[in-house]
Amino acid sequence: MDNGSKSRIILKIERFLCYLFLAFLTVLSLFSFYVLIINATRAHPDIQKGFSFLPGKSMLNNLNSILKNKNLPVLHGIANSFIVSGSTALLTTYFSAMTAYAIHAYEFKLKKAAFLFIMMIMMIPNQVTTLGFISLMGKMKLMDSLIPLIVPSIAAPVVFYFMKSYMEASLPIEIVEAARIDGSGEFRTFNQIILPIIKPAMAVQGIFAFVGGWNNYFVPSLIIKSANKKTLPILIAQLRSADFLKFDMGQVYMLIAIAIVPVIFVYLCLSKFIIRGVTVGAVKG
Amino acid sequence: MARPVKKKAHKGGVNYSRWGYFFLLPFFITYFIFSFVPLVTTFYNAFFENYMSGLTKIGPNFVGFDNFKSIFGSDLLKYTRNTVILWLIGFIPQILISLLLAVWFTDTRLRLKYTGFFKTVIYMPNLIMAASFSMLFFALFSDNGPVNLFMIENGFFKEPFRFLAEIWGTRGLIGLMNFLMWFGNTTILLMAAIMGVDINLFEAAQIDGARSSQIFKYITIPSIKPILIYVLITSMIGGLQMFDVPQILTNGKGTPDRTSMTLIMFLNNHLFSKNYGMAGALSTLLFIITGILSLIVFKSLVGSPDKDGR
Amino acid sequence: MKKRIWAGLLTFTMVATSLAACGGTQTPSDTTAATTAAPTTAAPKATEAATEAPETEAESTEGKVLNIYCWNDEFQGRYEDYFATPGLLPDGITVNFIITPNENNAYQNALDEALLNQDSAAQDDKVDMFLIEADYALKYVNSEYSLDVKGDVGLTDADLSQQYQYTKDIVTDSSGVQKGTTWQATPGLFAYRRSIAKAVLGTDDPTEVQNALSDWDKFDAVAEQAAGKGYKMLSGYDDSYRTFSNNVAAPWVDGTKIVIDDNLMKWVDQTKDYTDKGYNNKTSLWAPEWASDQGPEGKVFGFFYSTWGINFTLLGNSLEIPEADGGKAEVGNGCFGDWAVCEGPQNYFWGGTWLCAAAGTDNIETINSIMKTLTCDQATMKKITEDTQDYTNNQAAMNELANSDFKSDFLGGQNHIALFAEAAPNIDMSNCSPYDQGLNESFQGAMADYFNGVVDKETALETFYTSALEKYPELTK
Repeated sequence: MDNGSKSRIILKIERFLCYLFLAFLTVLSLFSFYVLIINATRAHPDIQKGFSFLPGKSMLNNLNSILKNKNLPVLHGIANSFIVSGSTALLTTYFSAMTAYAIHAYEFKLKKAAFLFIMMIMMIPNQVTTLGFISLMGKMKLMDSLIPLIVPSIAAPVVFYFMKSYMEASLPIEIVEAARIDGSGEFRTFNQIILPIIKPAMAVQGIFAFVGGWNNYFVPSLIIKSANKKTLPILIAQLRSADFLKFDMGQVYMLIAIAIVPVIFVYLCLSKFIIRGVTVGAVKG
Repeated sequence: MARPVKKKAHKGGVNYSRWGYFFLLPFFITYFIFSFVPLVTTFYNAFFENYMSGLTKIGPNFVGFDNFKSIFGSDLLKYTRNTVILWLIGFIPQILISLLLAVWFTDTRLRLKYTGFFKTVIYMPNLIMAASFSMLFFALFSDNGPVNLFMIENGFFKEPFRFLAEIWGTRGLIGLMNFLMWFGNTTILLMAAIMGVDINLFEAAQIDGARSSQIFKYITIPSIKPILIYVLITSMIGGLQMFDVPQILTNGKGTPDRTSMTLIMFLNNHLFSKNYGMAGALSTLLFIITGILSLIVFKSLVGSPDKDGR
Repeated sequence: MKKRIWAGLLTFTMVATSLAACGGTQTPSDTTAATTAAPTTAAPKATEAATEAPETEAESTEGKVLNIYCWNDEFQGRYEDYFATPGLLPDGITVNFIITPNENNAYQNALDEALLNQDSAAQDDKVDMFLIEADYALKYVNSEYSLDVKGDVGLTDADLSQQYQYTKDIVTDSSGVQKGTTWQATPGLFAYRRSIAKAVLGTDDPTEVQNALSDWDKFDAVAEQAAGKGYKMLSGYDDSYRTFSNNVAAPWVDGTKIVIDDNLMKWVDQTKDYTDKGYNNKTSLWAPEWASDQGPEGKVFGFFYSTWGINFTLLGNSLEIPEADGGKAEVGNGCFGDWAVCEGPQNYFWGGTWLCAAAGTDNIETINSIMKTLTCDQATMKKITEDTQDYTNNQAAMNELANSDFKSDFLGGQNHIALFAEAAPNIDMSNCSPYDQGLNESFQGAMADYFNGVVDKETALETFYTSALEKYPELTK
C-alpha cells in the first residue's frame, strides 16, 4: 500500500517533469512561428527598427500588396507547389516502397549489387550533380516545366533505405508467402497486402517528401522561368530581391506566412493518419 | 547474408526472381535518366580543368590528379572538421532528446496526455524553409534582437553578445537551428519504429517486473535497431551534406574565419565559376569519405555491411 | 564475401568510367549537332535578317515575342509607365519579363544558361534583352552575347550625349564599344544628421560641413570629435566601402594577378581604427541595427547614400511612425527634416541597372525604340524624375531640375538635386573590372573577421585570396 502510493507520487513527479520539458520544447518550436506572424502584421520600417512582441497594424496592407502584385501569382504559386509536392510525395513513397520490396522479398542474382549500388548513390550530395542535371534538362527540352521537379523523385535512395529498414523490422516474409498460397499475383500482393502494412512508413516519408518538395528552392529556381509555373519559394526569393522602392520585409514575412499555411494543413492531416495507421498496424500483431 | 530468412524465401521464391527485377525497374530507369548521366560526368570531370571564366568556357583539358592535389592543398581538413563539429552540435542533442521523447510518448506506464499535440508541434519547425528560418534567427539573435535585450535586461550580459561574430556563437546557432529543424523528424521516425514493435513484448516485460530503463535497454533499443541505424546513417549523410542553414546564416561566407564553412559550402564556392573540375574532384572525395564513414557505422552496429539488420 | 563487394565496386567504377568516356566524347558532337541544326529548324530568314540587316525590312521580319531577362520588376514598371502605356509598343509584339530572383546567384545562372543556349533556342524563346548591374557588367559586356548599342542597336552619339560618362564606362568593353545603357544615374553623397553636426561642429550648414569632411584625414578628425561628444561617425564596417572602392587607382586585376588597391587598404585601416576606438556601431548594411541608427534614436553622424537611398531608404528609416501605419512624411515625425547632404571626401555611386540587347535577337527595332525612349529621351527622363524622384541618366534634364527652386523638406529645405548633378559628372568608373562583384564581396567578408578581432590582418588577407581564387580559378595571387 505504502509502496504503491510512493510509486504513484514518483510517477506524478515524473509526469510533471515530462510536461515541463515538453512545454519548453513547445515554446522553442513555436517561437519562430510567433515571430513570423507578428512580423507579417508589421510595416517594413517598423520591422527594420527592431523586434517587437506585439503585432503591428499593417496586416491587411501587407496582404493586399502581395495579392495585388501582378508579378507575384501567389495562387498559381500555391497550386504549383501543391502539384509538385503532392506528386513528389506520392511517387517517391510508392516507388521507393516498390524498390524496397523488390530487395526485401525477392531472391535474384543482382540483388546484392543493386542494394549496394543504391546505398552508394545515397551518399552522393545532391548539390554535386545539380549543374549537370540542369544542362541535361536543357538538352531534353524539359526547361520551364514541372516534370524535372517531380519525376526524378521516383528514384529516392534515402526513402528506399527507410522503407527497406521498416520492412526488415515489421514485414515478415511469411505474409508474402501466405498471399502466394492464396493465389494472389505478385503485383496485387504488393498493392493490396504489403502497402497497407507499411502505411505508417509511407505516411512518414510522404510528409517528409511533401515538405521537402514544398520548400525546395535551388533546382526550381534554375528550371522554372514563366511566372505561372513558379513555386512559392521562388516567389518568396523574388519578393526578397525586390528593388529598393518595393523591398518590404513585412510583405516578405506575410508571403512566408501564407506559404506555410497549406503545408501545416497537409501536415496536420497526415500526422493524424500516422497515428491511426500505427494503431491499425498494431492490431495485426 | 542472413541465412535463415533468405533460405526460406529461397525455397518458395525461385520462380519469382523476375519480379524482383520488375519491381526494381522504375527506380533504375528514372535514376539512369535523371541522375546517372550528371553523376558520371561529375566523377569524370574530376580529371579535367573545366570552368567558366565569365561566359567563356575554359577546358576541358585533361590534368590528371591536379584537381585532387589542389583540393588536398586547400583547407580541406579544416572544412571536414567544421562539418563534423556542426553536425555533432546538432545531432547529439537531437538523437538523445528524440529517443527520450519517443520513449515517453509510447510509454504505457507514463500515459502522457496531449501527446498528439506535442508530437505535432515539435515537427513544425521543419515546415519552415531553411532560408526563412535563418532570417528569423538573424532577427532573434541580432545585436538588438530579443535574445540580447532579454539577457541584458536580466543582467546576464553587460553588452550585446555578437553571436555571428563569434566562432562558437555562430556554430552554436547553426547547431541549434539544425536541432530544432530535425528533432521532431527523428522523434517521428523513432516513434513509428517503437510502435511497430509487438506491444506484447512490452507488456510481458512489465508483468515480469522490468524497470523502464531495462525495457529501454533490452527491448526498445534492439527492436528498433534497423531504424536507429537508419537515423544515424541518414543524419550523418545529411550532416556531411550540411549546406543551407550555415550558407544562409553566414551569407555563404562561413564566417568567422571560415570556421562554419562546411564541405558542401566549399563545394558551392567552386560552383560560382561552374568549376566542374574542382567540384568533381571534391565530390569524388566526399563520396569516398561518406562511404568509409557509413561502412564504419554499419560495421560497428551491424557487424558486417551486407548482413541485413534482422 | 568481402571480395564480392570489392568486385561489385570495381565493376561499378569500370562501368562508370567507360560510360563517362562515352559521355565525354559524345558531348562535343552533341553540341555541334545542335548548333548546326538550329538555323534549319528555327526560321533561318528571321535570324539572318535580324543579325545582318537590322535596319531593312524590319517591319516584316520582327519577331512576335520580346523576352527580357531581369531579377525584379523595377524596370518592368518603368517600361509599362513610360513605354507601353503611351502606346509605343508596335502592334503584334508581346513583351515577356522573365524574372529570376537574385538569391544564390540564381539570376546570373539562369541568364548564362539561356545565353549559352541562345543558338539552339527557338526564335520566340531566345533572350532579346537582359538587365545587368554594375558589379558584374563587364562579364556580359566583354562577351559576344551583348550587342553594340550604336553599331548593332542603332543608337546615335547624339542619343547618348546626355548620359553621364560613368554610366557609359561601366558598360564599355575592352575595345571601347558601349554595349549597354541605363535610365538611372546613382551618384552618392554623404547624408548627415543636422542636429549631430551642430553638436559636433557647431554648424549644420552643408557648405561648412563639406569643408570639414572634404578629405579622409578631415573625416577622421571629425570622427574623433564626434566620439568625444558621444556620437558615432559611421554605423557599420561597409558604410564607406563604396566610396573607397570607386576611387581605386587601378582595376582589381592586372593581367591575371589580383592587386589590392591602396585605397582599399585605407578602408581596412580606417575601419579597423574606427572599430577599435568605438567610432562605429559594428553594424552591417541593411541590418535592423543599421536601419535604426538612421531613426530618431540614432547616434550616428552620417551615412554614405546615393540618390535612391536618400529619397526612399533613409527617409523611410527616419520616421518614428512609418507611413504604412498612418505616419506622415513631414517634420515632426521622427528625425524627418533633421538630415542634410554634402559631397563628402570622395565621389562614388551606388546602384543602377543597365539594359543590354542580346546577340541573336529578332527585335532590334523595338529594342532600339525602348532604349531610346527610356534611356535617352530628355522629356521622358525628366518626367520619370518628377513622377518617382528617381534620379535619371540625362544631364540636360537633371541640370534643369538642379537649377529650379526645388527644395527637399526631408533635408531641411536643401536642393539636393543640385548636389547630385554636381557630383555625377565627377564619378570615374574607368577602373572597374569583370571581377568586381566577387572580389568586393570576398574582400569585405574576409575583412569583417579582422574588424571583429577574430583574426589578424594577414590571416584575413589570406582568407580573401582563398575565397577569390575559388570564385575565379583563372586569377593568381
